[in-house]
Amino acid sequence: MIEIRVGAEDFDAAQWLARLEALGGGAVASFTGIVRGGGGLKSLQLDHYPAMTQAQIERIVAEANARWPLLGIVVIHRIGLLLPADRIVFVGTASSHRAAALESCAFLIDWLKTSAPFWKKESFEDGQESWVEARHEDDVALERWR
Amino acid sequence: MLKLDILYFAWVREAIGRDGDTIDHPGANATISDVIEQLSARGDGYATAFADPTRVRAALDQAFVPLDARIENAMELALFPPVTGG
Repeated sequence: MIEIRVGAEDFDAAQWLARLEALGGGAVASFTGIVRGGGGLKSLQLDHYPAMTQAQIERIVAEANARWPLLGIVVIHRIGLLLPADRIVFVGTASSHRAAALESCAFLIDWLKTSAPFWKKESFEDGQESWVEARHEDDVALERWR
Repeated sequence: MLKLDILYFAWVREAIGRDGDTIDHPGANATISDVIEQLSARGDGYATAFADPTRVRAALDQAFVPLDARIENAMELALFPPVTGG
């Protein structure tokens, strides 16, 4: 099972976990990214490159599928206006082996952060707006998969 | 005359004030840096967006490429900041 969703609507992580569990592999790992509040953050705008996003995520998913023995992969990334505590991203993997499930899940989120065409803009309570800068730590995180 | 569609995202789009432009195709041997230089010469928001090209990333026909990549026969060039998804 491979499911890739990019859209404005929220998702139910529990429902996706149940679908991954039903594949019968015995190991399911997941990551859910949430909008961090604080610092006066009012909202987050997620911009993306529609013609490229789906294809790029498909490439990353195919890479994970080739590296680990996986039964299921779910990648969901939201776009548009998000508020603190909203879910942004979900990665779920199912396998017969826990290492494969855990490692592929980490691999997918590291790749999404550095290699999928999304951009975040923060809006603050005081009216300020700024585009989030890419983080060097994210590039470092990706290096371990090379 | 062949055309090249250019798309802008995030602060590149905001600085320029447009989603994109269509230009005459610069030819297979032109690099993305050449196109950026040509756009910068338009001044205003273009000059602002591309003032520091090291902050700009690119994709040709929906695949990431370095700025010194040649345009070849690509039909779509996208210019944007480093990605910040996830």
